Amino acid sequence: MRMATFKPGHWAILGGVVAVALLPLLVTGRYNTNVLLLAGAWAIAALGLTVVLGYAGQISLAQASFFGIGAYAIGLGTVHYGLNWWLAFVLGLVVAVTGGIILGATTLRLGGHYLAMVTIGFQIIFTLVMTNWSALSGGPDGITRIPRPPFFVPLNTAQRYAWFALAATLLVALAVHALRDSRLGRSMRAVRENEIAAEALGVDTVRVKITAFAISAVLGAAGGSIYASGFLYIAPDTFDFGTSVQFLAMVLVGGRESVAGSVLGAGLLTFLPEWLRELKKIYLVVYGSIIVLVIVFMPEGLWGFVTLLSRSLVRPTPIPPARGALPMGGGRPAGEPVLVIENLGKYFGGLKAVDGVSFTVRQGEVHALIGPNGSGKTTILNVISGLYAPSFGEITFLGRSVGGQRASRIARCGMTRTFQNLRLFRELTVWENVLIGAQRAGGDETAIRERAASAIEFMSLTILAHNRARNLPYGTQKRVEIARALAGVPELLLLDEPAAGLTQSEKQDLVEIVQQLHARGLTMLLVEHDMSLVSQLSHHITVINFGRKIAEGAPERVLAEPAVGEAYLGNREAARA
Amino acid sequence: MASIGQILLAGLSLGSVYALTALGFVLIYRATNVVNFAQGEFLMLGAYFLFTFVEGAKLNYGVAAVIAIGMLGVFGLLFALGIYYPLRNRSFLPVIIATIGASIMFQNGALAIWGSSPERLRPVLEIGGSGGVTLGGVFFNYQYVIILAVTLVLMAVQYAFFEFTLLGKKTQAISQDKDMARLLGIPVTGMIALTFMYSTVLGGLAGMLVAPIFFLQHNMGSIPGLKAFSASIIGGFGDVRGAIVGGLALGVLESFGGAFISTVYKDAFAFLLVIIFLLVRPQGFFGEKVGEKA
Repeated sequence: MRMATFKPGHWAILGGVVAVALLPLLVTGRYNTNVLLLAGAWAIAALGLTVVLGYAGQISLAQASFFGIGAYAIGLGTVHYGLNWWLAFVLGLVVAVTGGIILGATTLRLGGHYLAMVTIGFQIIFTLVMTNWSALSGGPDGITRIPRPPFFVPLNTAQRYAWFALAATLLVALAVHALRDSRLGRSMRAVRENEIAAEALGVDTVRVKITAFAISAVLGAAGGSIYASGFLYIAPDTFDFGTSVQFLAMVLVGGRESVAGSVLGAGLLTFLPEWLRELKKIYLVVYGSIIVLVIVFMPEGLWGFVTLLSRSLVRPTPIPPARGALPMGGGRPAGEPVLVIENLGKYFGGLKAVDGVSFTVRQGEVHALIGPNGSGKTTILNVISGLYAPSFGEITFLGRSVGGQRASRIARCGMTRTFQNLRLFRELTVWENVLIGAQRAGGDETAIRERAASAIEFMSLTILAHNRARNLPYGTQKRVEIARALAGVPELLLLDEPAAGLTQSEKQDLVEIVQQLHARGLTMLLVEHDMSLVSQLSHHITVINFGRKIAEGAPERVLAEPAVGEAYLGNREAARA
Repeated sequence: MASIGQILLAGLSLGSVYALTALGFVLIYRATNVVNFAQGEFLMLGAYFLFTFVEGAKLNYGVAAVIAIGMLGVFGLLFALGIYYPLRNRSFLPVIIATIGASIMFQNGALAIWGSSPERLRPVLEIGGSGGVTLGGVFFNYQYVIILAVTLVLMAVQYAFFEFTLLGKKTQAISQDKDMARLLGIPVTGMIALTFMYSTVLGGLAGMLVAPIFFLQHNMGSIPGLKAFSASIIGGFGDVRGAIVGGLALGVLESFGGAFISTVYKDAFAFLLVIIFLLVRPQGFFGEKVGEKA
């Protein structure tokens, strides 16, 4: 019975401790122990890539330079400058963090293959400097006689040092694993899955990406430091572009999203050349082909493949039960202005998508923004939520001027939204999607989980909580988006065409949901095409055409206005038909 | 200190090599949205193929070049089928990684076949025991002249191909809108395979042209490949003119930088420049603004 409380995570820790204890005993001989050491040091650096690439989805081909920074910090610090090992270690981490922040900052402007190129550039310049600036680095010959760190016991044998290195690897692995389902880790994965949605839910995507690069750099440097004292000798060509590629290959072959994958990949790619040694010359060809084959046929790597097979066997832990009703913001008297738009404009070059629109959304109302296709409704929503900067005009939200601020900033003021074209975190589960939404309102992990659980229950998604978002039918995905937005306890909820693509019965459900939310006092701004839905739900309508407001007021009055019918149907003849 | 003219000549021919390789990047990118990090390896393969036929099989340079080009074409086709095709519907990341994996594979394949000791290929032209001619104080290495001439002719032929032939127009159509092209009855898959073949040949030609100047080594392609990618970013990624101008500019810059600033950091200029460009003007000389629409 006692065993039932022993969770899979505990087994993994136990397994890790046993492996750390036994491996240096089982792997004997100085050469093999060195390979083991190497695997440990490489795994630590590869775990850095798990964070930046696996979690945050940002490519980095500069990991070897951070590995090199850590190694050189130890080499130069202890040998050339006579510093204490641990002081040199910390200095290396500081330099690496600085480099990581600089690289991370470039993601402000660049992604994809451009980011890849910047990291490659960083890497190549690092190698060139370390090779040629002999006064600093000791030049191409490197640094010899690097000491081992002072520790409780002298680490004077390869075996003892292997224990030390593997214990460090285990600690890093556990920390990176814990990061995955922490607030920061979830935010990273949100950035990977959909940066715009993450930003609109209050995740500061810039800070998250820079943090991911910084953590990755720190782990790279830590691995490098352990490497330097393991081999007692370093030279610049160990830390070149090829090594960076190798780190990337480890993470991809093992499986980039899990700690187990990166450790597996690092171990495999360190030992593989030893096993393939008999193949002599062609072993590297086999090595390259294995990488290509794994990437082509196992997109989630070896570990991803294993978990895919075992998924049906492991039952996920159920989500916590919802305690009490869905929490709501508010507390302001009904009718008080929540969002005031004044003379708002958004031009794309010569195209006047929004051209001087003003309206006010008041506490407790469902405000509908309607207009024909291409009239500028979604653009208005994008400007309000901060995805576009306004060309001119004022946006005041809860008394604060928010025009032109970043979406995450505005979201944190109390505004969340859904998207016309779904922007879910597709590879994450419903539960994770909603948890990320729930992070907006702050509080500790328990509070976040409770809010997420009640939002999931409110949207009747409880039994689907552990399904990946991308595997759900369209209508259900739309419900997940609403749950995700609600879990953040917004003061104002923006719904961008929530009924588009829904079946008749799903639309009825939507009407009920919106009415219930209204009854609980939530203020909503709704962009919608379905007129029967708009007339059922809204208390106030603003009609937009060609980027300008053409009518405003109570639904029955506005919908009867000739200008509105004309905007939709061209002319009154057609309106009658 | 070499004369300005000398440095310029060296820079332009080096730049031509970058331009040819960069063009390979750009053509594949336009047709498939794939950034092929193995492009530099095609350069290495071209050089080794030529080497094998000239030094190994003792063939005449022209014959050897024709066979090598044919082999490069086949190689490009295999590359398209083996790497691009299985991954064509996946996001950019696995594709980038697969091309990097392929480049590891090719480099090590070359290492296994041709060994690790650097090889040297004899110059194409040697008249009276000299590899060049001095005109107006500038020593014209014949190989540099050949590089410039071949590049010039290739550019002209390619321009004519894209602008004046139906096949060229079809290629352009695919790069603009694959689905529409397919609906119009253009055999998209076949055309993409053709693009890969042509880009491989371009990369390989660049390698064949530099083979008599550089040492042949299994990793000779990786730095020029990355520099060519930088050149295409500097020119404006995805733009054909950009690749050519960017390549030439980079070659000249590197040549002057090496002569006047620092020889050992010559390789760093390209990467510093591309980082600066990416941060300040990511669209390059000719390209369109990069960015995602909400």
